[in-house]
Amino acid sequence: MIDFFKKKESNLPDFWKNYEATFSKNAIENIEDITFVVLDTETTGLDYYTDRMLCIGALKLHKNVIKIDSTFEIFIKQEHYNRETAQIHGILKNGKTERITELEAIKLFLVYLENSIIIAHHAHFDITIFNKALHRNNLPKLKNKVLDTSTLYKKTLIKSNLLNRKEHYSLDELTDKFNISKKDRHTALGDAYITAIAFLKILNKLKEKKKLTVQQLLRLG
Amino acid sequence: MKNTISFRVADFLKNYPPFNELTIDELQDLSTQISIIYKEKDAKIFSENDPQHPHFYIIHKGAISLRKKPKNNIVDICDEGDIFGLRPLIANENYKMDAVAHEESILYAIPIDIFKPYAKNNREVGNFLIESFASNTRNPYSKSHRGTLYGESGGTEPFNPSAELLDLQPVKYTKNIISCSPNTQAKQVAATMTLKNVGAILVVENKLPIGIITDKDLRNKIVSGKLPITAPAHQIMTTPVITYPKKLTITQAQMAMIKSSISHLCITKDGTPNSKAIGILSKHDVMVAVGNNPTVLIKAIKRAKRTKEIKQIRKGITMLLTGYLEQNIPMTLISKIISELNDTCIKQVIKISLSKIETPPPVNFTWLSLGSQGRSEQLLQTDQDNALIFEDVADSKLDETRNYFLKLASQVTKRLNVIGYEFCPAEMMASNPSWCLSLSEWKTNVNNWITNPGPDEVLLSSIFFDFNITYGKPELASNLSDYIFETVKNYPNFFLHLASGALQNPSPTSFFRQFLVEQDGAHKDFFDVKRRALMPLTDAARVLILSHSIKYINNTTERFEKLAELEPNNVEIFMAGSYAYKALLKFRTRQGLAHNDSGRYISLDKLSKEEKIKLKRTFKTIKEMQDLIYIRFNVSNLLR
Repeated sequence: MIDFFKKKESNLPDFWKNYEATFSKNAIENIEDITFVVLDTETTGLDYYTDRMLCIGALKLHKNVIKIDSTFEIFIKQEHYNRETAQIHGILKNGKTERITELEAIKLFLVYLENSIIIAHHAHFDITIFNKALHRNNLPKLKNKVLDTSTLYKKTLIKSNLLNRKEHYSLDELTDKFNISKKDRHTALGDAYITAIAFLKILNKLKEKKKLTVQQLLRLG
Repeated sequence: MKNTISFRVADFLKNYPPFNELTIDELQDLSTQISIIYKEKDAKIFSENDPQHPHFYIIHKGAISLRKKPKNNIVDICDEGDIFGLRPLIANENYKMDAVAHEESILYAIPIDIFKPYAKNNREVGNFLIESFASNTRNPYSKSHRGTLYGESGGTEPFNPSAELLDLQPVKYTKNIISCSPNTQAKQVAATMTLKNVGAILVVENKLPIGIITDKDLRNKIVSGKLPITAPAHQIMTTPVITYPKKLTITQAQMAMIKSSISHLCITKDGTPNSKAIGILSKHDVMVAVGNNPTVLIKAIKRAKRTKEIKQIRKGITMLLTGYLEQNIPMTLISKIISELNDTCIKQVIKISLSKIETPPPVNFTWLSLGSQGRSEQLLQTDQDNALIFEDVADSKLDETRNYFLKLASQVTKRLNVIGYEFCPAEMMASNPSWCLSLSEWKTNVNNWITNPGPDEVLLSSIFFDFNITYGKPELASNLSDYIFETVKNYPNFFLHLASGALQNPSPTSFFRQFLVEQDGAHKDFFDVKRRALMPLTDAARVLILSHSIKYINNTTERFEKLAELEPNNVEIFMAGSYAYKALLKFRTRQGLAHNDSGRYISLDKLSKEEKIKLKRTFKTIKEMQDLIYIRFNVSNLLR
């Protein structure tokens, strides 16, 4: 059994090993110095098993700055297709945009991602669907630390009996609360941008309450 | 790499000079090289004498203040679409000013190396750069209306140093020209002017201005009976029109109006009557530009068609407030005027929101402002607290009706947020389904609060004693408040709870008469003037005045004054309460203006000794007031 795993380990492709190697660096303590990767995926649906990623949009956030030339947006070729969700994200099965294979997309994204902390809205979904794709391609799960803006947002709310707190807050609700334009909603990179701005505003509110270290932030979200 | 975000950035840039001179393709290319920067309030972008950054900035959201040392005077406040930090890059020198985020802001940083080739290849863009080189601050085309402060005493260190440069400032004119043809009938002319809410209409022929009709013309020529109501425009109009080019300064405009004793100038493309009319400049525009006085501001608010315009006007209100405080005008008067202006803003926001919804309200409703705005004590913009009452409808219609008002309320609260009112963290807003109820639903709620008073219920019901009807049918609100008073009469215990609520706020000083400061959080070691000093007085005044069954006096100082009248033997303490409240309010407002925030948290080491003594003197009154409540309502029965 142990041998089997070892063998599998050494069989992992180089791009995965390179990705893994980025995690050997020392952990950063100061939030200012961290690079966050804000991620959103558009998928054929909400089922982890049958549905597939159609688009990955991501951007890097470092010292409160987003550089447009280091954003990430790729479209993926998939056999599975769902007409109903196409109405939401507008990605056609054989549209004009250039598409790459799922494996190609994984390779590119891992190079982009490195050991950054991932931020996503309802992150569990995006991470799981990405991990399923990794699994289909015989790769282990993502190793990155993850923050969820939905969970973090709840931490900014005041503790008052007068306030009806909800279990989940949608990205739309966050755009309303923070007055963020809903332009480009339901495109992967557009949603990633909205999530990034919401994250910055949440962080600002959390910092108002207390000084935060990276460790504390990870515990919250 | 062009992508969703670069398109988004290009889409924004195309609206602002000099980027509006570039083609969409050029903009999209440029946008791929831009960085998006988030700055929290008070964060520095650059400081005086810092070496150049490799990029200049355009504001996407928020506002940036440019400040000059040593006194940290605000030289200019840049808004959405304004460019700053460009001149040093062209002049090849260090920054001459500090740039600080005046509000939470999002900036686009544009690399100068990428931008320069565009300036070389495009004359308009090049001109823009030359002009911004010449002007000291920023975007030379920017049309912010800066003006003299209300009664800036003796012109000492101005909050707005550009005031003396009035002669050089371009005036902001109305670009939306209301015009008619020479053959339009007087009746129609008057109707159009009423509809558009303007005092003058331009008569144009082949796009050239041939005359102008003002209210005065209509009065002198039509109402007086000289001409029939069907008379064509060309018979009524004043002609020729006095025309000027668009680069008119405020002083020039004033002089032109005085010289020809007219109230409207026409701005044409080349400044002669033989070119296309591009705008109208009224005396009102000039007044807005040079002086902020409440009447002009109210008029401007009422004319605003877009939320953004109101946001601009709010700056004038802040300037007015600063001027008033500097002049030591009585606090009661200041709060009356400023609250009136705030109220007008909210009213206009509701009007704008109503006009954006396709259908009129299904039934009558009332928009209530609660909290400090409800007590007419809100001088700075703080959180918004509001509620909505709508007329009772059949059960089958209830959901539909509520949904309409929720939709309206969410538009209103969002717009209020845009003009500067933070969302209420407890969601005490009409956009929350629990605060958007029919009259009988409200009555049921209030009845529950009063008959089962716990700490939350006391807080909730106390809100309904401090409201102000901002919009809609006042009867709904007075009906509810009558009901509340009736209910309270039958539950005298309610006062006991209200009184104990008034004693809940932490005391301002420790046993050793030291200020008690916040223990942790971002405001650690600051003094919370709202919770520890203002709220105890507000709460005290409320419970005392209610126990006398006095309605419709919502303002804390007025409540104290009324109490002094009702209880002659307690005149001293109530007058002291009124005085203390005014002093504290003024204190807080000054703090808020100085730091562009709510003024709630005060840094004690920044206070002078005199200020500290003044503050402490009010604490004595707070203590006495709380003792009085403790004894009068027998609160000890409840607490122990």
